[in-house]
Amino acid sequence: MTSVLYDAPGPRAKRRNVLLSVVFVVLLALLLWWIWLTMDDKGQLKWALWEPFTTADAWSTYLWPGLVGTLKAAALSMVIALPLGAVLGIARLSDHRWVRVPAGAVVEFFRSIPVLLLMLFANELYAKSANIASEDRPFYAVVTGLVLYNSSVLAEVVRAGILALPKGQTEAAYAIGLRKGQTMTSILLPQSVTVMLPAIVGQLVVIVKDTALGGVMIGYGELLTARSTLAANYANVVPSFIVVAVIFIVVNFAITSFASWLEGRLRRGKKTTGAVLSANDATIAGTAATGAGGGGE
Amino acid sequence: MTVKLTVFSALGSLVLGTLLAAMRVSPVPLMRGFGTAYVNIVRNIPLTVIIVFSSLGLADIFGVTLGAPDNFDLQGFRLAVLSLVGYHAAFVCEALRSGINTVPVGQAEAARAIGLSFGQTLRLVVLPQAFRSVIVPLANVLIALTKNTTVAAAIGVAEAATLMKTMIENEAQTVLIAAFFAFGFVVLTLPTGLILGWLGKRLAVKR
Repeated sequence: MTSVLYDAPGPRAKRRNVLLSVVFVVLLALLLWWIWLTMDDKGQLKWALWEPFTTADAWSTYLWPGLVGTLKAAALSMVIALPLGAVLGIARLSDHRWVRVPAGAVVEFFRSIPVLLLMLFANELYAKSANIASEDRPFYAVVTGLVLYNSSVLAEVVRAGILALPKGQTEAAYAIGLRKGQTMTSILLPQSVTVMLPAIVGQLVVIVKDTALGGVMIGYGELLTARSTLAANYANVVPSFIVVAVIFIVVNFAITSFASWLEGRLRRGKKTTGAVLSANDATIAGTAATGAGGGGE
Repeated sequence: MTVKLTVFSALGSLVLGTLLAAMRVSPVPLMRGFGTAYVNIVRNIPLTVIIVFSSLGLADIFGVTLGAPDNFDLQGFRLAVLSLVGYHAAFVCEALRSGINTVPVGQAEAARAIGLSFGQTLRLVVLPQAFRSVIVPLANVLIALTKNTTVAAAIGVAEAATLMKTMIENEAQTVLIAAFFAFGFVVLTLPTGLILGWLGKRLAVKR
C-alpha cells in the first residue's frame, strides 16, 4: 500500500471501505442530483442558454478576446516582474547594509498589500496625473499592480533559489579568485535559474488568476469582463460562469502540469545540485495574492 | 469589516480544509479522489470568479439568501465568507497534507502497531504533530486570506478596498489615502506573520 496511515485492508476492512464508498457515492449523488434539480427548477439547463457556446460567434466576439486580454496582461506582467524581482532578490542578499535593508523593506511592503489595492491605486493615479488614453488605462493599471506585487514575490523566490545552493559553490568561486559580482553572475545565478524555474512557472498561475481582479474592479477587458458582456447579450449568467471557470481551470491546469513536469525533470537531471523549488513553494509558502501564502523563508 | 471577514473565513476554511485533508489521506479511494478533485478545481479558479458568481449566480438566480433575504449588506457579507471559505479550504488542505507528510513514518507505524484505527491514528497521533509543523504555512494562508478579503469589494461588501475606492474618488489626496490603507494592511499582516512564525518555531516538534 502507498500510505503508512493504515494497514493493507484485510477482508473486514475491505468490506468497510466498500460500504463507506457506497455511502459517500450516495451522498455525492444526492448532492449532484439536488444541484441538478435546482438548476432545472430555475431553468438553467435549457439548451437555449448553453447553445451560444456552440456557435463561433460567442467565442470570437467575447471569450477569445477576453482570454487574449487575460494572457496578454499576465505575460507582460511576468516579463517585467521577472528582472525586477531578480534585482530585488539579489539586492536583498547584498553584503552592504544600505542595499539590503531598503530592498527588504520594499519587498516586505509590497508583499503585504493586496494586489487589488495596488491596482486601484495605480488606476486612480494614472487617471489623475498621467497622460494615458482612458481606454488603455485599466490595462496599464492591472499590469502595474501585478508587476509591483509579483516582483516582490519573485524576489523572494530568487533569494530562496540562491540560498538553496550548497555553500561550497560560493566558497569554491571565492577560492579561485572570483569577485562577488562574478560569483553571482557566473556561478550562482546560472545554477539557481534551474532551481527556481518550477516556482516561477507556478507563479504564472497566480498572475493569470489575479488578472480577473482587474477585470471586475477597474474594467480591464479580460475573460471575466467578457463573460459579463456575453451574459448580458445571451442572458445566460450561470452557464457563462461555468464555461469561464472551465477555461480558467484548463489554462491553469496546463501551467501547473508544465511546472510539475519541469520540476520532475530537473530533479532527475544530474547536472544540477539537486535542490529544486517546487511550484507549491511559490503558491503555498512563497505567497500569492489570490493564491495562498506570504513568506518564502 | 476586513477583520470580521478574515476571522469568520479563517475559522470556516480551517474546519473545511482539515476535513478535506482527512479525505485526501483516507483509505477510501473515492474520498481521496473527491478531495484531490476539489483541491485541483478550486485552486485553478480565480477567487474573483467564485465571489462574483456567488453574488450573480447563487443569490440572484438560485435565490440563495443565507437567511438574510432583505438585508443586502448582510447577505453580501455571508456570500463573501462562503466563497472565501470554499476557496481557502483548498489551500489549508494542501498545507495540512504537506504537514502530514512531514510526520515521520515511524509515528504512524507505531500507532498502527498498538492497534489504533485509521481515525484514531489520524486524530491522536498524526494530526496533532502535523498541525504544529504547519503553523507557518497556515499563517501564510491566513495572510493571503486577509489580503483576499479585498476581493469581496467586487460584490460591494464595504471592506477596505471599497472604502479606499470611494474615498479616492471623493477626495483629492490619492497618494495619502492609498498610503494610509496600505499601512493598515501592513499593520494587519506583518504581525500575523511574525507572531505565528515565532509560535511555529516554539511549538515545532523537536526531532
